[in-house]
Amino acid sequence: MRTGQASWGKALSLGLIAGGTVVFVSLVGMVEALGVRVIVVGVIDFGRLLLLLIGFVAGYQVARRDGGTGAPVVLLGGLVTGAVTGVGLAALLLLGSVVNLRGMFINASPVLFEIISFGRGTAAAPVVVAAGALAGLLGAAATFLPSAVRGPLGAGLTAAITVGLFQELLQIILQEGSVRNALREFIFVPEGLPPRGALGIFLSVSAVSVVWRWRRPAVQGWVAGRPPQARRVLRWLLLGLAVALALVMPLAGGLFISQVLVLVGLYTLMGLGLNLEVGFAGLLDLGFVAFFAIGAYTVALLTSTSQYGIAHWSFWAAVPVALVVSLIAGLLFGLPILRIRGDYLAIATLGFGEIIRLLVLSDALRPWLGGSQGVVSIPKPMIGAFEFSGPTQIYYITLVASALIAFVGARLRDSRLGRAWMAMREDEDVAEAMGINLVNVKLLAYGIGGAFAGMGGAIFAVLLGSIFPHSFSLLISINVLALIIVGGMASLPGVVVGSLFLVGLPELLREFSDFRFLVYGAALIIMMQVKPEGLWPAAAVRRELHKDEPVGVVAGQSVAAERTEG
Amino acid sequence: MMQRGVLQRFSVIGLYLWGFRVGVLLIVLWGSFGTFQAGCPSALTLCDFKSRYAADVWLDLVIYGLSQGSVYALLALGYTMVYGILRMINFAHGDVFMAGAYTAYYLAAAFGRSGFLNRSPLLALAAVLALAAITAMSIALLIERVAYRPLRRTPRLVALISAIGASFFLEYAFRGFFGSGFQAYPEWNIFKGEWTFLGTGILRTQAVVIVASVLLMAGLYAYVMRTKTGTAMRAVSEDLEIASLMGIDVDRVIVVTFAIGGAAAGAAGVLYALVFKQVHFFMGFFPGIKAFTAAVLGGIGNIPGAMLGGLFLGIFESVGPILILEGLRVPGIYPAGIPAPYQLKDVIAFTMLVMVLIFRPSGILGERLAGKKA
Repeated sequence: MRTGQASWGKALSLGLIAGGTVVFVSLVGMVEALGVRVIVVGVIDFGRLLLLLIGFVAGYQVARRDGGTGAPVVLLGGLVTGAVTGVGLAALLLLGSVVNLRGMFINASPVLFEIISFGRGTAAAPVVVAAGALAGLLGAAATFLPSAVRGPLGAGLTAAITVGLFQELLQIILQEGSVRNALREFIFVPEGLPPRGALGIFLSVSAVSVVWRWRRPAVQGWVAGRPPQARRVLRWLLLGLAVALALVMPLAGGLFISQVLVLVGLYTLMGLGLNLEVGFAGLLDLGFVAFFAIGAYTVALLTSTSQYGIAHWSFWAAVPVALVVSLIAGLLFGLPILRIRGDYLAIATLGFGEIIRLLVLSDALRPWLGGSQGVVSIPKPMIGAFEFSGPTQIYYITLVASALIAFVGARLRDSRLGRAWMAMREDEDVAEAMGINLVNVKLLAYGIGGAFAGMGGAIFAVLLGSIFPHSFSLLISINVLALIIVGGMASLPGVVVGSLFLVGLPELLREFSDFRFLVYGAALIIMMQVKPEGLWPAAAVRRELHKDEPVGVVAGQSVAAERTEG
Repeated sequence: MMQRGVLQRFSVIGLYLWGFRVGVLLIVLWGSFGTFQAGCPSALTLCDFKSRYAADVWLDLVIYGLSQGSVYALLALGYTMVYGILRMINFAHGDVFMAGAYTAYYLAAAFGRSGFLNRSPLLALAAVLALAAITAMSIALLIERVAYRPLRRTPRLVALISAIGASFFLEYAFRGFFGSGFQAYPEWNIFKGEWTFLGTGILRTQAVVIVASVLLMAGLYAYVMRTKTGTAMRAVSEDLEIASLMGIDVDRVIVVTFAIGGAAAGAAGVLYALVFKQVHFFMGFFPGIKAFTAAVLGGIGNIPGAMLGGLFLGIFESVGPILILEGLRVPGIYPAGIPAPYQLKDVIAFTMLVMVLIFRPSGILGERLAGKKA
């Protein structure tokens, strides 16, 4: 790989892969959809940025892979890679001008070609190649920057892009109040983020990053020097800050933000439940949405004022019943599949989940469950005269429920039961030999996990005010699975991080939501290879997946702790 | 296994499972009984043995089931071969099937516009099948290279999740490419109407589907049983490590397995589209799961088993709703049997899947795989 020839081959093949990727994202419709989102007014939109980023990353990868050779060769390698990427796009451009691709690829529209060619038609092909080459060159050059420069530059760019992406939302948030308004007028123009605003953000964030890099050892040293009590106070302060932020966010952000946050909360609830089954107990469950549906339907039937309502209870009375019903459903669901292991279990649970959905949807159960028309007019929860009427109010129910369930989850994880789950996850036979009653432990995992999801379903029912079987498709199970994997298996903060990333982000980027599952799919494949432990991994999982790294003090401590407890 | 006491043997779970088994059996018996007691005033009186439908309706259902089942069987081959060798569920296999059918749709549509489709129909069908097989094969190989090969030594859950990711990626990539609507597959004029065979009329499309898939399966079976690569495949699925010690290039065998499975899936996709006359980006998902059911039913890892399982599942799925559900008369609730039984045909398939996984994970013809460490 160090020899010149091999590295040229590498550059060429990476360039071809990147070129394929560029053509793929163009034809799949991402470039056009994201092209609507202007990042810096008059300079660049997200679609073009995506294309350039692919060239940049390709150049960066090539340069990183042969660090041994001299600087000019590496730079040239990046240039070639980027140019090949650009050639891919230029080929698409030329092909599109000769053949009408639209008969097959619906996204090969004139708008796409205008974005690619900067509105200049086929004459722009050399420009496209040059732009790719430049991106690749910059990517290769980025490897030479010392990390003290690269870090702040990256942070500043990321911040400017993020602000540009979310400018619409930020502008709405910054509309009220004189200080906020002044800030808005300083950064934004009505159409979006102008170059001066982008530059301002870039410079200020870079400056902060430089200062932080310079002062970080001192701050960390100071914190480490405090006595344990003071450190605990600091941690509580940080937690309090997070809670305060969570409390204020919907009020400051308005209706749209609240809606997104409620969804994030609901997925967090489901994620906590599934995390218990998959993360702690190692039981892969692809029919998880069934419990969500059971919780939702229980609340709907108990509270609805429509013809399907059977009790006209209040939400607060119905929730405990929904929890119990979904717990029992979890137990009944778990009983027959106790002896199934591994990927057979995944398929069996998938089958169960689909059976529930199809039954609810069918005409056979229509007299009780409403069939495809669903159950409507579910009243909103009330406390006295206060009605939890909209997403902003229901958000607080979700928040309280998530906090409660995260607490229960954390206590369960550290309990005897949690340890039994993890032992079972590692090896069922050994766990059984150690005296763990597999039947009880598995059933409890299904039951408690189901109850957590039932809680989410209960809130979902009152959030929408009406429920339909179509809301409980398999895609939700996959969604929840994806978020706990991306967040980090068996990690409680990971669930929150995962749902913020996989549910919150696509909701905020509306144009993006069409490509949500495409990105999920890619994310699952990439995560499994690059970072199977997730974004915020649990300590044990990280240790297991990186066995070659030094284990250090943490492992020793936990082993000691386990010994004293046992 | 240690000798257990009588009480231990009849545990609560054992009882529950027995109850489950007996319950399903009772439903099947009661439903079939009801179907053959058509015209009775009440569910509980006994009348003359009389079917609700004439014999040729049943025959039609069976033939429809056979054509459906032969598509499942072709698809199940891919699952069973990959599982036999890698012990992993190729969750994206159903989407490979979709990819083949969907891409070949554009060729078929072009043939339809130019009139070639009806000028030389068999040639056109062969070309469409070939394009579907080649596309599906390349996509299967791509998935193997990108999503599965790097994960061969990781825990199996990791590979399964990667496969789920690949499945979603394919579905939504095709949605992005070709749109989210249904596309109507062009119809071959000579495949319209019926052929009379041994005195009964068979829909021509169904006959074509059955014949084509039987031919394909026979070819595949011969390949696996007769050629050197096929022998290597069987050796690897028997024991991967020993096979590699014997000088078999395991990587190559795996690639060939994915290629064959993918090609069969692509062809199956076209046949499926011939029956249903439309393609859609999500069309592979449920047939995929059902074909996996078929593979498990026949004993996973076992090629004749997968064929048998597919046919069995297809027939059961087409006959089941009428046979079991329509006659399932519950006094007071469903006096005339379950309404709209065809809505529940997938429930029958999934129930069968779950039942097989619970009670006989080794399938009809399978070796005892479930005993091996999952």
